[in-house]
Order: sequence, then C-alpha cells, then structure tokens
Amino acid sequence: MINGADIMVKCLEAENVSVLFGYPGAAICPFYDSLYDSDIKHILVRQEQNAAHAASGYARAKSTVGVCVATSGPGATNLITGIATAYMDSIPIIAITGQVRSDLIGRDVFQEADITGACEPFVKHSYLVNKTEDLPRIFKEAFHIATTGRPGPVLIDIPIDIQQNEIEEFVYPESVNIVGYKPNTKGHNVQIKRAVELINKSKKPIIVAGGGVLGSGSKLKLAAFAEKTGIPVLSTMMGIGVMPSEHELYMGMLGTYGKPTANRALHEADLVIVCGARLGDRAVAAPDQMGQRVNVIHIDIDPAEIGKNVKTTIPIVGDMKNVINNLLDQIGNYKVSPDWTECIRVWKKELSRTPKVFEGFVEPRNFIGKLSSMLRSKAILVADVGQNQIWCANNFKIREGRFLTTGGMGTMGYSIPAAIGAKFARPDRDIVAVCGDGSFQMSLNELATIAQNNLGVKIIVMKNSRLGMVRELQDNLYNKRHSATILNDEPNIELLAKAYGINCATASSNEEAENIAKEMVKSDEAFILVCNVFPDTPSI
Amino acid sequence: MQYTLSILVENQAGVLSKISGLFSRRSFNIDSLAVGITADPTISRITIVANGDEYVVEQLEKQLNKLIPVIKVKRLIEGEFISRELSLIKVHSNATKRFEIIKIAELMGAKIIDVAPTAVTVEFCETSEKTKTLLDLLKPYGIREIVRTGTVAIDKGAATASK
Repeated sequence: MINGADIMVKCLEAENVSVLFGYPGAAICPFYDSLYDSDIKHILVRQEQNAAHAASGYARAKSTVGVCVATSGPGATNLITGIATAYMDSIPIIAITGQVRSDLIGRDVFQEADITGACEPFVKHSYLVNKTEDLPRIFKEAFHIATTGRPGPVLIDIPIDIQQNEIEEFVYPESVNIVGYKPNTKGHNVQIKRAVELINKSKKPIIVAGGGVLGSGSKLKLAAFAEKTGIPVLSTMMGIGVMPSEHELYMGMLGTYGKPTANRALHEADLVIVCGARLGDRAVAAPDQMGQRVNVIHIDIDPAEIGKNVKTTIPIVGDMKNVINNLLDQIGNYKVSPDWTECIRVWKKELSRTPKVFEGFVEPRNFIGKLSSMLRSKAILVADVGQNQIWCANNFKIREGRFLTTGGMGTMGYSIPAAIGAKFARPDRDIVAVCGDGSFQMSLNELATIAQNNLGVKIIVMKNSRLGMVRELQDNLYNKRHSATILNDEPNIELLAKAYGINCATASSNEEAENIAKEMVKSDEAFILVCNVFPDTPSI
Repeated sequence: MQYTLSILVENQAGVLSKISGLFSRRSFNIDSLAVGITADPTISRITIVANGDEYVVEQLEKQLNKLIPVIKVKRLIEGEFISRELSLIKVHSNATKRFEIIKIAELMGAKIIDVAPTAVTVEFCETSEKTKTLLDLLKPYGIREIVRTGTVAIDKGAATASK
C-alpha cells in the first residue's frame, strides 16, 4: 500500500525534479512528511509568491520545468501573483497546493480557498484532485501540459485526505492522452513556402524575436538564419538574449523603452518577421497599424497569438525550431539588400547615446554595461521591474548568458527570488539580480533564503529613493506631482545585509561601483552592492 | 454579427466555469448558452450564441481551443444549421380571451400545456426569431412569466459538429 503523499513524491522523482521551492502548512503536511525521506531538495522561501518566482527563475535558467509548493488558503493565494507572472511570461512551472479535506470543501473551513477557481485566468490548466488513484495521471498530464506547446503554469490542488489515503500500488503512466490538447508543432508547408516567397521579395526585412525563441530553445537556429540571410534582429523585452548583444545583426530591444535604432529599423522595414512574440503595447505602440503598413510574417506555437495584436500577412503556427529549420532549408541564397545592411550599420553608430553623468552618483546605464564584461561569459542577469529593468535591458551585454526578467507581467520583487531559482539551476554561473530600492524591499525577506543556503547570488540595488519609473511618468504626464513615489527615510541596506550575515558595500561613483564589483565577482559568496543613483536619471 | 458556436468538451467538473470565465475576462458577450450530454457520456456539448465582429469570433474560437478540456469548437454557418429553443410562456387570460390565445398558439404551432381560470401556459419550441413573433402576438394579453432555454443547434443534412 502507498499513500497519496508518497505518490506525489514518486511522481516528482519520475519527472526528474531535483529542487522544489515552497512553504509548508497544515494541509500540505502529509506531502512534506513524505518529502523528508526523499532526495529532492526543498528550498524554504520566506513567502509563497517567491516560491513561484524562484521556480520561474529555475525553469528559465535550466530550460526545464520549475516546481513550487504551498499550503491551502493563504499559502495558495500568496502564490497567485507568481503563477500569474509565469503565465504572462509563458514559463513552465507546476504549482502544488494543499487543500482542506475533500468533504469539507465549500464549507469555508480554516485556511480554505478555492484556488483552482481563483487561478483560472492565470493558469494553462489546473486540477483539483478528488481521488488518490488519479494522482499519477494528473502529475503526468500536468508536466506534459506545462512544458509542451506554449509553456505555462499548471496548478495541482490536493486535499489533505487525498494525500493521506492509500492505494494498492504506484504506477506512473508512460504516456498521456488528452483529447483536447494536441499542440501543433510542425509549421504548415504552404505557409512556409509563402513566407519564403515573401522574404525573397523583400529588400529591408527585419526579425522581431520574443520570449518564444528562448523558450523553445531555438536561439542558435534563429542566429543561423539571420546570419545566412543578413536579416537584422530586434528583440522584445522577453527576447533579450536571442543573440549576443554585440552581434553585428542585433539591434537591441524595441518599444517605448527600447533602443532608437531598433525602433527606427522597425519603422523603415518592408517586412517584419515576428518570432515568438505577442507584441504587446509596450513593444509596438500601435501593432494593428504596423500590420497595415508592412507585410508581417508571424511565427508562434500559440494560434491565438496570431492576429490578436498584429495584423498578419502570413501566419505560421508551429514550434519555432521546426519552422526556422524549414525556412533555413528553403531560403536558398537570399540576402538582404546591401543598402539595408549599410543603413543598419549607420543607425547603430549614429543613434547611440551617451548618458549624462551626475557627480556623486553611479550612472546605472554605464555601470551595467561595464559590469557585463566583468562577469563570466555565461552569466545570468535577473532584472527586476522599473527603471532598473530598462537600464539593464538596454545596457547589459549578453554573450552566452541569459537575461531574465518579467517582461509580460512586470511584477516588482521578481529579481531576488528568480535569481535564487537561477542559482540552484546553474550553481556554476554568475547570477546577478538587479533591482531598485522599491523592488528590493518587496522581496528582501528572501535574503534569509540566500543566507540559509549559502547561495552566491549577487544583488545590485539601484538606490534613487524613488519609485523611479512611476516618478518619471509623473514628471512627464502628471505635472511633476510626485504622488506616493518618494522613498525617503529608507532603511540602511548595509545594516540590513549585516542582519542577514551578507556582505554589502555602497558606491557613489562608477569608479567605486566597478572596484566593488571587481571584488564581488571574485568571491563565491552572496553580496549586495548598493549604487546611489541620481533621482532624476531617466529610463532611457 | 450574431454567431453560433458548437463546442465539444470533456464532461468534467468546472468546464462550464472555465468557458464562461473566458467570455467575461476577454470581454466577449454571450447571448445564450446551453449545455447537454452527447451520445458519448464522457463528452458534453455547449452551444453558445454570441455577438461580435469577425475579430472577436476568431479570437474567441482560438481562446476556447486553448482550454485543455475543450475538444472541438465549430462555428456553425448561417443558413446551414437548424436551431431551436424551448420557451414556456404564461399568459393572462379569462374566459373571453382564452380562445384567442389558443388560436394564436395553434397558428404558430405552439402547445397549450396548462390552463387555469386566469392564465394559460404555452409551450413553444422554435428558433429565436419565431419565438419573438409569438411573444409579440401574446404581449397584448399580458405575459406573466417567460422561461426560456438557450439555443441548441445542429448542422443540416448529414454533416455533424463532432469529431
């Protein structure tokens, strides 16, 4: 005989899960009891939302699925923002929640919450388990759904009695069969042929690469395609890292907070090839108009993305890797016009700006650029949300590493827990979280997780004593009325770091910051570098 | 534009809330909704009549298809399907008006299913257009209550919306 909790652990083992991020509670206790005897490492976070973010960071850094666990009621509802973030960013995570006894569901008992109902808009799929026998099938399906097609979060809510009940034996299914879920991975041949024809006719094409290129593991394929044809590449916020930042064909991030070069190129192009991007309002201000002006080829695994924001000339639904392979096979000797290549080269030079430096402060854009070269080539930088995100997005120079941020949901407080997840996934790499003083204070409780696990995560706090991005909006659109955006009388971060036993230093000039960073990257220990930033430093 | 969707779903708990939730969060409007089991007891059919332009319908079909328990979504083509809805209509009547009401019901092909000294109840199973006509005819007598189901629809001829 085997009980539900043991089955849950066995399912996770069968899915090769080696790390979980979570927070226990009464309704998930049977599972935690079984976990006690397992080799799966459980990382205790300090708030459930961060378990989901850590799972997301882990999933992205390791190109696998991340798993987080919480108890019923408040534990589960605390997960929601993390689940919603993974949903908007299309990150495969599994969220496991305990639930009150099945016969008490609906009676508003202690720590009861309808979490499958509450998460409905934010999950790819969810299960409320009502039979212990169903656990193996449900786990198998959940992992399959989270990781295939367009990735996303799957929630499994398990009442405590289902965890306690025993069944005869554990058999993990070998395959799944969900009638309503058969993602289409092969691009339609006719559409691919038409796309090739359209590319051949174009003189000034451009590729807009989104998170889908990274999520599907096709960045090298895309680079090969760009190099073969000479088509320049822009990326969305989620697509940063599709190419090394210094690649001659890469033009940076597009959009409201993007590079002028990238936006210029998008505007002048005669064909836009959108790869794994939804083109939200921050990426392209009026995506529907773009589709009326130029031809658009839109490649995405999710048919619902096509035509949702951008008017599309040729839609191709399929896995990015397959589709790009097909394009590579069929494109022949096509090359973009030499004039276009020249244009791009000139814009890259002419449209680059040098930020203004304020005496007595760190210039964050210059520093992030400098920091990139101090880190090892495969470094992972996790940017939070706000001005720090834009400074990093536009100035971090990626070589073989990753840039992780929540470009879809934009959840403040993401960077520290996601960096924790990334460090567990890639302990051998430099992992740096960059946040503002606002976002730092949203997840500084996780310093305890870093300290407890001796994690060598580096945190850079861009301290401008402002909620900088909103403050900037207020400057531009609300008559400089700084309503609720001034963070004066802030805590002393060095003292805070000391309380957690983490080394910390403060810099008030770029030279100082670089000197501290030099020492920081040498050590394997956690470190917090506080950069005093001039409050009026703009985002771009 | 009004359109009718025939949706096959796995017959499991929570499917209806998944579908109706999708409508509200993507701000699509539902005019009518009907659910029932199919020949296969593990599969239910949901028939939805809704309003919106081509963009809305296309998005709706795609978003519905993304729901894991949704097996198939078919947009029924105008003129190529038959639809029905059931209405129970309770009309004010007295001895003098009763026969007029019965006559109207007969003309329209409706059935009288209950008669009381001050009321007559009419059963009508037809398209929503014909139902509207009947209601217009009965309105002058005073309608006390209407109970209507959502529209159900099926392809004409041998075609089916199934797998």
